[in-house]
Amino acid sequence: MTHPKPKKLGAPKAVAPKPALRRFHQARWDEPVIFELTSEGQRGVLPPEPEAAVVQAAGDVFDNLPASLKRKTAPALPEMSQVHVLRHYMRLSQENLGVDLNIDVGQGTCTMKYSPKVNDQLARSHKLSELHPLQPVSTVQGILEVMFRLEEMLKEISGMDRVTLQPGAGSAAIYANIAMIRAFHESRGEGQKRDEVITSSFSHPSNAAAAKVAGYKIITLPPDADGYPDFEALKTAVSERTAALLITNPEDTGIFNPRIVEFVDLVHRAGGLCSYDQANANGLLGITRAREAGFDVCHFNLHKTFSTPHGCGGPASGACCVKKEMAPFLPIPTIEFDGTSYYLDFNRPQSVGKIRPWYGVTGNMLKAYAWIMSLGADGLREVAEIAVLNNNYLLNKVLEIRGASAPYAKGKRRIEQVRYSWEGLTNDTGVHSEEIGFRAADFGTHYWTSHHPFVVPEPMTLEPTESYSREDLDEYITILKHIANEAYTSPEVVHTAPHNSTVHKIDQESFDDPDAWAVTWRAYKRKLKKYR
Amino acid sequence: MNRIGLIVNPLAGIGGRVGLKGSDGVETQRRALELGAIPESLHRATLSLIPLLGLSGTLEVVTFPREMGETSAREAGFTPKVIGEIHSGLTTAEDTRRAVNKMSALGVDLIFFAGGDGTARDVCSAIPAQFPCLGIPAGVKIHSAVYATNPKHAGELAGMYLQGKARLREAEVLDVDEDAYRAGRVSTRLYGTLHVPYRPLLLQNQKAPSRASEARQAEAIAADVLEQMQAGVAYILGPGTTTRAIAQALTVEKTLVGVDVVRDGQLIAKDVTQEQLLNLTETMPARIIVTPIGGQGFLFGRGNQQIGPEVIRKVGRENIIVVSTSDKLRALRLQPLIVDTGVAEVDALLAGYFNVVTGYKERMVYKVVY
Repeated sequence: MTHPKPKKLGAPKAVAPKPALRRFHQARWDEPVIFELTSEGQRGVLPPEPEAAVVQAAGDVFDNLPASLKRKTAPALPEMSQVHVLRHYMRLSQENLGVDLNIDVGQGTCTMKYSPKVNDQLARSHKLSELHPLQPVSTVQGILEVMFRLEEMLKEISGMDRVTLQPGAGSAAIYANIAMIRAFHESRGEGQKRDEVITSSFSHPSNAAAAKVAGYKIITLPPDADGYPDFEALKTAVSERTAALLITNPEDTGIFNPRIVEFVDLVHRAGGLCSYDQANANGLLGITRAREAGFDVCHFNLHKTFSTPHGCGGPASGACCVKKEMAPFLPIPTIEFDGTSYYLDFNRPQSVGKIRPWYGVTGNMLKAYAWIMSLGADGLREVAEIAVLNNNYLLNKVLEIRGASAPYAKGKRRIEQVRYSWEGLTNDTGVHSEEIGFRAADFGTHYWTSHHPFVVPEPMTLEPTESYSREDLDEYITILKHIANEAYTSPEVVHTAPHNSTVHKIDQESFDDPDAWAVTWRAYKRKLKKYR
Repeated sequence: MNRIGLIVNPLAGIGGRVGLKGSDGVETQRRALELGAIPESLHRATLSLIPLLGLSGTLEVVTFPREMGETSAREAGFTPKVIGEIHSGLTTAEDTRRAVNKMSALGVDLIFFAGGDGTARDVCSAIPAQFPCLGIPAGVKIHSAVYATNPKHAGELAGMYLQGKARLREAEVLDVDEDAYRAGRVSTRLYGTLHVPYRPLLLQNQKAPSRASEARQAEAIAADVLEQMQAGVAYILGPGTTTRAIAQALTVEKTLVGVDVVRDGQLIAKDVTQEQLLNLTETMPARIIVTPIGGQGFLFGRGNQQIGPEVIRKVGRENIIVVSTSDKLRALRLQPLIVDTGVAEVDALLAGYFNVVTGYKERMVYKVVY
């Protein structure tokens, strides 16, 4: 008896070049706004009639409402069945590009790292999601302990003495810091005199914005020829009117300012305080701290560096870390431990008050806590080292592409991100940076417009974080290389991109015109006529 | 039926390829032709009309004879309505101005002109206020923001405007002094503004700030400056759209390309000379409000020579208020502003850092060099 010889498997029929260009197509539909899907009379939930005993006990609840709180007409909410709501959001989700779907290194400054799903599951647990902020503290000792311990860890990471987790976002954290800085100056009778805040062009723009909201005059330092904030400019800007220096380091160019201590000293000598924007600390974890740089306050975005995650994947959360001199001004309540139990301290007469309702975004706190605990101190440092390594690998690869460059600080390594320029390519081919970003969408990725203040011509800001493998980065580079090549050989393909997206081009003329902004459906309907 | 008024400056750009750095003046044009220059503006106008062919059923091209538009329109496939008369081979700036007059009187929807900065100046000097127009880049010098990035884009933009898909914005007409330019000095002047269609590139192309953001930045600057103004002090307002916004906030009419003086909210001198400014500063305390002009970032010494070194010395450095939209500073890539007043000692006085007003309660510490 003969057995058939096993068939030789041989080589696969087609070997994809490594890495291959991903063929990608977004959903073809353009899902309407949910208000446009309304169908009169449809309902998602039909609450049962209350039982007679309940009605009797509660009485007419509407009668007890003050007249000013009662609507005269029912709200114009979409009327839909459950399954239609579900389909609507499923369809929307398929029009997305995002970190769970693609290689998302193109949202430089945003730290689009992978956020482990297990941490989401923790935050979604009923043990947390069903807590109420008005519960007696004796019944929420667990989450208070998590918050307290997270604060302790952030103290160690920043080198500072006290922490508040209350701010609901990075900008809210900057606002909290500037509010504490103002309270500090007021406590010394200098509140009126010190009405200027200094920041730099490449610092996170929320620094200027938050300080402006707090009523300060903003003085911006431009970059010097090497891209560092101009120290000579700082010398002329600092005076007895200086309330604070609000600065990012590394700035959004990815360049670390090695003279940062001199900046801080100069401001301190004039009686000003210094606030370190560490919204993105991904290249610094375990390597350098705000305290060693001499700062008085700093803040972290838990949704960037601490993986809670960023963007539409979850709400934001900010943490302010301060030196002990600033501690009396922390927002209330603070979380304290008396040796046996945790409690909330509202009795802080010098406090700036509340920055947001309640105690902060607790789900994010739990996720950040879990993320830090899963890594440990060595793990945090490794995150920073890999983020920097990934970034400099990407930098070297991008610089091999015809038409790309990395302005400023020639020959210096970058920290966690780089602001590149396609100026050479634009001059050669007429293809603009944003068109390259669009074309990338045809291959399942993209980059966007986080290039404030748009000084670098034809900018592209990439931040690979620690989450992407070398294969991921190579795939991203292959896409950029391919598009750059198209720009030189068939620019029309890039000009008309994206070809595989739901919406190909949008008219953004109205983006910075408040008269055109519609934040409600009613406003949208009212204003639409003018813009069509 | 839409109507477009096509004007081609047949001599635009002929100085470029033969290294003459411009084409202004009969002598330069003669030399350029001697050197073998071939006029390219006709062809560029043709290229710009091709994207409009799709509209040909609903679009009438009104133009001047032969090389001033007719040739290009026919080349592109249009049958234009030809008006006016020219002496072929001998056209001048005057012909451009005549064409602008006739076409605007006819009420065309858009004047579409091919040329360079000189042509834009000619259009600017003849066109009625706020009349829509758009430049097809064909000249050697293109400093003015009234030109599309290339002829094809010009045609596409014109088409979008005619179909109501692009709106108008005010754009500056700048020109350099060609004699100085040939001698190696760049000297830009603001000659006025034109109303051109625009459509910002998708997503944020910050080189083309929107109408709204530009106007709002200037308004915010004006609000800041008004708060600083003191009674009894004369404010010398340099040329430019940013300083004009300050005048507008005071409800005073400003000479766009000249220097005016306001005091206590009133205009006290219009379009002044250096001599007048010197006399004025003798009699009252004065401050200077200036904005950098053009793409080179000159703060003093180009386009605002009325505010000469003597005036600056008398007013004093501490009484100079520099204003600029952040868009303008961004366009300079945050590189220093330049002064060239003609007196080295005054230039040295001005060098260093100024707190440039970039918005309401917003300053940028900005370097000035000479």
